[in-house]
Amino acid sequence: MVKKVSILIVDDEESVRDSLFNWFIEDGYRVECAENAKKALSILQSDNFDIVLADIKMPGMDGLEMLKRIKTLRKDSIVIVMTAFATVDTAVQALKDGAFDYVTKPFDPDDLSHLIRNASRQIALVEENEILKDRVVSLENVEDIVGHSVSMQMVFHEIESVANSNASVIITGESGTGKELVARAIHANSPRRFFPMVSVHCGALTESLLESELFGHEKGAFTGAVYNRKGRFEMADSGTIFLDEIATISPKMQVELLRVLETKSFVRVGGNKEISSDFRVICATNRDLKSMVEKGTFREDLFYRLNVVNIHVPPLRERTEDIQLLVDYFISKYCVSMNKPPMTIDASASKRLEEYAYPGNIRELENMIERAIVVGNGKKIGVKDLPLWKETVTPAFESLDDLGKKHIFQILNKYNWNISATAKALKLDRVTLYNKIKKYGLKPPK
Amino acid sequence: MTPENITLISFGYFEKELLGMIVKDVGHEFLLPVKTREGHLDLSEFYNPVRRQYDGFRLLKEVDTKFASAPEKTIGLFDVDLFIPILTYIFGQAYLNGRVGIASLFRLRNERYGLKRDDKILLERFRKEVIHELGHAFGLIHCHDSICVMRSSTYVEDIDQKSQHLCVKCKRSLNLDLSD
Repeated sequence: MVKKVSILIVDDEESVRDSLFNWFIEDGYRVECAENAKKALSILQSDNFDIVLADIKMPGMDGLEMLKRIKTLRKDSIVIVMTAFATVDTAVQALKDGAFDYVTKPFDPDDLSHLIRNASRQIALVEENEILKDRVVSLENVEDIVGHSVSMQMVFHEIESVANSNASVIITGESGTGKELVARAIHANSPRRFFPMVSVHCGALTESLLESELFGHEKGAFTGAVYNRKGRFEMADSGTIFLDEIATISPKMQVELLRVLETKSFVRVGGNKEISSDFRVICATNRDLKSMVEKGTFREDLFYRLNVVNIHVPPLRERTEDIQLLVDYFISKYCVSMNKPPMTIDASASKRLEEYAYPGNIRELENMIERAIVVGNGKKIGVKDLPLWKETVTPAFESLDDLGKKHIFQILNKYNWNISATAKALKLDRVTLYNKIKKYGLKPPK
Repeated sequence: MTPENITLISFGYFEKELLGMIVKDVGHEFLLPVKTREGHLDLSEFYNPVRRQYDGFRLLKEVDTKFASAPEKTIGLFDVDLFIPILTYIFGQAYLNGRVGIASLFRLRNERYGLKRDDKILLERFRKEVIHELGHAFGLIHCHDSICVMRSSTYVEDIDQKSQHLCVKCKRSLNLDLSD
C-alpha cells in the first residue's frame, strides 16, 4: 500500500494557500494550511507532515526563521521555500539552513509536480533506508548463536557488554565453535553496525597477499597490480575489521599490524600517501596466543594491543546441554532453506548426537544435520541418516565404570552369557567376572 | 448525495456543435443527464493586469457561489487564459468532491503553440479537460493509469496522450455500473 504523503502549506496569502491546497488535494495528498509561521509551528508540534511548503516573506516570523525552528523540531523534515522575489542570497541561505529546495512564484505546473515528486521520493528512500537498516540489524543479530548453557550465557553477556565500546577483542575457541558469529554479533550490536564489517582470513593468504589485502595497493605496485585497489582496513572505515586466524600471521606482518593499530593509518603497497581509517579490530584464533608470546612466535606488544577483551567460545563437548537446542535450530534452518516440510528427529538419533564428542564442534553438527535432511526420508531424522558409525562415536563424559559395564554386557551377549567364554575373551577370571556382573547388576536379555 | 444531473455553463461564445459533442461525451462517461446553458460574468473583474491572465481560483469561487446548485455538478466553460497564484497557467480546476469546476479552451488551441488550427484536436482536448474536472468534482483524484482521463496533464501533449475515458479503477470509485 502506498503511503499518503502529507503537505503543510504556509503562506500569508489566502489565494496562494487555497490554490495550492486545491492543486495538491487533486493529486491525492493530505494537505493542511497555515496562514503564518506561528500557526504552522503549533500544527507541527502536534502533527507530523512529510513536506512543508512555506513562503519566505510573511509578516511576523519569516520563512527562513520558521525553517530553522522546524529543523529543530524534526531534523529530517522536508521544507520547500517559496518566494515571489527571488534573490540568490535568500536561496543560498535557505539551502544552507536545510531547505530541500527553493522555488520562485509563480511556477510552472510541471515544476511543482516534479518538486513534490522528488520530495516524496526522498521521503520514501529515507523510510526504506530505515527499514533496511533495521532488517540488516535483525539479520546480523545473535540469532545464529544458540545456547542456553551457562557458558554460552556468559558469552552473550560478554558480547553485550563489549559491543558498545571500541575495544579490540580477541575471540578464542576451537575450530567450528562460531567465533566469526560472535564477531558479527559484536559488530551488529555496536554503534558501527551501519558500516561494513570486513573479514580477512589471515591463514588463507601468503604474507605478500595478506599485505596487499589489508593495505591495498597502487597500480603497478607489483606484477598484476593493474588497478589501484582499496585494502580491507580502508574498506572497514567507520566499521569493524575481523582478522580470523590471527596467530598465523608472519612476524613482519605482526609489526605492520601493530603500527596500523597504533596510528590508524597506513600506506598502500606501492604507494606513498598516508591513508587514515577509523576501524575497530576483532581477532579470532584457535591457538593459545599467550603461550605463543612466551615462545616468542607472537609479538607481546601486539598481543596486548589486541587482547583488550578476550571472549572464549566453549567447545560443544563442554556444553552438551546445548546440543538438542542446536539440533532443533539447524533442522528448522535447513528445512526452511531447502523448502522442505518441518522435520523431527527420533530419540535414538538424538541420543547418539548427544553422546558424540564433536571434534569439529558446531560446524560438524550443522553439517551432520544438513546431510541428514538431504538423505533422510523427509519426515524424521533417524540414526541411519547420521554419519556416525559406532566406531567413530566417542562417548562424552562417561566414566571408566560406565564403559566397563557396557563392554562386559556386550561381550556377555556376544557369547550368549557363557561365563567361561566371556571371561576368556575379557581376559578375566570367572570370579572377577561374576563380581562385575553383580556389581553392575547385569542380566541376560529376555 | 447522488447528483441528478450535470450542467455545463458557457461563459462567452462557444460553437453549438462543439458544445453538443461535449454534452454527448460527458453524458456517456458519467451516465447522467447533461444540460447546457449560458452564463454571464464580467470577466474583467477576474483579470490580473500584471500576469495578463484570469484568476482561475476566483472564477471557480464565483461559479460556485453564483451559478451552482446542489445536487448537480456544474462546470464553467471559458475561453480565457487561466492562472492560479502559484502556477503560471492552468487548463482548468475543480473543487475535489465539490459541486463545481472550470475548464478553458484558451491553452488547448494548436495555434497557441505555432501549429496549424485543428478543430478536431481542440474538441478532443476540451472534452477530456471537462471530463477530467468533472471527475474531480465527483471526488476522483489524479490517476496513474497512462490513458485514464484523470491522469494529471501539464502540457497539451499530455492531454493528447490520454483517452477521454475513466479507467476501470476510477469507474469503480465512482460506483458506475460497468455493464451498462
